[in-house]
Amino acid sequence: MKIGVLALQGDFEEHIGMLTQLGIQAEEVRLANQLDLLDGLIIPGGESTTIGKLAVDFGLLKPIQDFGQDHPIWGTCAGAILLSKETHRSQPLLGLMDITVERNAFGRQLDSFEADLEMGPPLDTSESSDPYHAIFIRAPIIESVQKDARALLTLPDGRIIAAQQRHLLATSFHPELTNDDRFHRYFVTLIEKPKA
Amino acid sequence: MEQQTGTFAVKKGLAQMLKGGVIMDVVTPAHAKIAEEAGACAVMALERVPADIRAQGGVARMSDPDLIQGIMETVSIPVMAKCRIGHFVEAQLLESLGVDYIDESEVLTPADEEHHIYKHDFKVPFVCGCRNLGEALRRIGEGAAMIRTKGEAGTGDVVEAVRHARTVLGEIRRLQNMPDEELMAYAKNIGAPFQLVKETKELGRMPVVNFAAGGVATPADAALMMQLGVDGVFVGSGIFKSGNPAKRASAIVKAVTHYNDPSVLVEVSRNLGEAMVGINVSGMADEDRIADRGW
Repeated sequence: MKIGVLALQGDFEEHIGMLTQLGIQAEEVRLANQLDLLDGLIIPGGESTTIGKLAVDFGLLKPIQDFGQDHPIWGTCAGAILLSKETHRSQPLLGLMDITVERNAFGRQLDSFEADLEMGPPLDTSESSDPYHAIFIRAPIIESVQKDARALLTLPDGRIIAAQQRHLLATSFHPELTNDDRFHRYFVTLIEKPKA
Repeated sequence: MEQQTGTFAVKKGLAQMLKGGVIMDVVTPAHAKIAEEAGACAVMALERVPADIRAQGGVARMSDPDLIQGIMETVSIPVMAKCRIGHFVEAQLLESLGVDYIDESEVLTPADEEHHIYKHDFKVPFVCGCRNLGEALRRIGEGAAMIRTKGEAGTGDVVEAVRHARTVLGEIRRLQNMPDEELMAYAKNIGAPFQLVKETKELGRMPVVNFAAGGVATPADAALMMQLGVDGVFVGSGIFKSGNPAKRASAIVKAVTHYNDPSVLVEVSRNLGEAMVGINVSGMADEDRIADRGW
C-alpha cells in the first residue's frame, strides 16, 4: 500500500512520519503525475489559502478531484477545509465532501487548545477505548454535513470535528501532531475496504 | 471537556502548520492582502521593513497597535508582530491584541542587552532569531516555540542566512554522532540547556520548527535555504522593496514548495522585474550588523 501526502505546504512531514511508523510507504505529492499508483491521499494541516492557491497554480485541483472519486482522501484541518464544498469565503476548494466548514471557528492562536475526546466505534473498536488527545490549532469546525456525509466525532456541545462521506475523511484537529496513531489506522481501513 | 490553551504543543503546533511556507513582512493592510493572495502562510506586521530601518536609522520599536489590528482584520492567515528583545511589555501588548505569534526580534532596537523575554509566561507563542545551535536552544529554553536563523535583515544578501543555517544544521549533524558522555561538556561549551541538547540529538533536528531569515531576495535564494534543510522562509524587504511585489511574492512561495525541482524554479524565476538593490554584507561596518544583537 502506498499513501501520498500533499506536500505543497504544511505539516506533511509529520503525516509521513506517522505512516512510516505504521510500516506504510508514504510519498510526497507536489505534481499531478505523482498521484499515479497511489492508494490514498492525505491533505495535511497548513494554511488552506496557501495550499489552495498552489494547487490551482500547479494544476492539481482537477486531478485530485478525479482521484477522490474512487480513492480515499483524508484532510486534517486545512485539508478538511480543502475537501469541503463551502467555507463562507472565496478560496479554491476541492469540494469533494458535502460538508460546510467554518474556518478559525474557535478564534485566533490564543484560542488554540488541546482536549481529550471520547472515542468509540468505528474509530476505536476496542472494549475500553482510551480518550483521544486532540490538538486544535486555529481550527475549523464542520458546521454541517449534507447528503451521505455523516458526523464521526463531536464536541460535548455538539459541534462536529470529524466527518466521513464514504471513503473521504475530514478532521478539524491534527492526529499527526500526536503519538496516537488510531486515526491513521482508521484511514488505512478505508483504503483496505473493498470499494462499495 | 477541559480545553487547555497556551500549551507548548499548541504553540509549537502553529509553527508546524507554517512549514514549507513563506512568511512575509508587511507594513500595511494592503501589503498584507498582496501577501495573502500570493500564497504567504503568514504575515509579519511591522512599522518599517528592515531595509528602511537601516536607511532611516533611529530607534525601531513595536508597531502601532492600530496598524497591526488593521492587518489582522484584513487577512485570514496568521499574523505575527515584532517586539524588541527583552521588551516584555511590548509583548504583553501584542498578546492582548491577540496576534498569532510574536517575533522577539533583533531587527528592532533591543530594549535589554542582557536578558531576553521569559516566554513561558505568555500564552501567545514566540519566534526568536539565532546564529548557532547554542543561541537557538537558549531561546527555546526561555520558551520560544519556533526559531529562525537570523541572516542579515534588510540587506538582500543571502550570505549570512546561509552562514547561520549551515552553522546550526552542521552543529546538529555533529551532535548526532556525539557519544552521550560528551553531551554535558558540549552543552556547557555552547551555553545551551542540557535537556534540549539531548533532545536535539535524539530527534536529529531542532525540537521546534526552524525557518531561515535575513537576506532572501529571489526564488533561488529561498530554494537554496530549503535545500540546506530549513523548514520554511521569512522574506522581509525582499518583496516590497522589489519592482513587482505581487509577482515576486508568488514566485518565492512556489520556489519554497518546489525547492528541489530546478525545472519549476527556472520557470518561476522568469520576468520578476527588479530585485531589491541590496547591500553587500562583506562591505558592511560591524556596527551596522543586526545579527549580533541578542546573545
